[in-house]
Amino acid sequence: MSDVQFCLLLAALLFSIGVFGLLTRRNAIGILLSIELMANAVNINLVAFSRVHGGAAGQVFALFAIALTVAEVSIGLALVILMARQRRTIDIGEARDLHG
Amino acid sequence: MSTLEIAGLCFLALFVLGGALGTVLSRNLVHSVLWLALVLVATAGLYARLCAGFLAGAQVLLYAGGVITLAIFAVMLSSRMQGGPILHESVRRGRGALAALAVGALLVGVLLSTDFVIPRDLPVVDAADLGRSFLGEYVLPFEVLSVLLVVAMIGALTIARKEDP
Repeated sequence: MSDVQFCLLLAALLFSIGVFGLLTRRNAIGILLSIELMANAVNINLVAFSRVHGGAAGQVFALFAIALTVAEVSIGLALVILMARQRRTIDIGEARDLHG
Repeated sequence: MSTLEIAGLCFLALFVLGGALGTVLSRNLVHSVLWLALVLVATAGLYARLCAGFLAGAQVLLYAGGVITLAIFAVMLSSRMQGGPILHESVRRGRGALAALAVGALLVGVLLSTDFVIPRDLPVVDAADLGRSFLGEYVLPFEVLSVLLVVAMIGALTIARKEDP
């Protein structure tokens, strides 16, 4: 097995651990952390394939993905702080104003 | 691959997977964030192993520096506003594990049944190549991304600020 395949396998396992966290966590910060794990797995895949491809495109897209994740997390954590201020809890089970 | 290289990769993989399990299983939210920091730093090591040195540096600066700091701030602020420690239990672990196993089995199965053609002696992409790509072929997405980052930061400030006094 080459190191590229090893990294792809590792990223697959990391992604499924992220799925587990996404489905089982109750508070909003825990869910954001699980999303981070999954995004990180995707970045590992991009870099591993860029090693096989030989061009710069894979690493460029991985950098784009990192910057997008940083933007996403900053908005997500701002929403968490807003929720903590208004409702005194960050349990997503409590956020059901739009529940029909 | 030499034995030493394999040992190094397995060492990094141990940190990545162990840290990820710690992130999703820990009962303390701050511990979860710190486990995530371990995963992100070990991933930077993987990038270095895959000849992506600039990306490894960006990973440590942006993720391990920026995101972890933000997350710790959010934990402290929200637990203070909530007026007590944040509950960080996992629920429905059985169903979650089942879904995660299904996703993992699918991905690993596809990976193991695929024949990857791994070329030898490819040129290493260094920071200079990345810079040329960013300001050449990908200059438009690069500029759009910088605007997006500014918008996201202003949006985060607006969302999280206190109501007007």
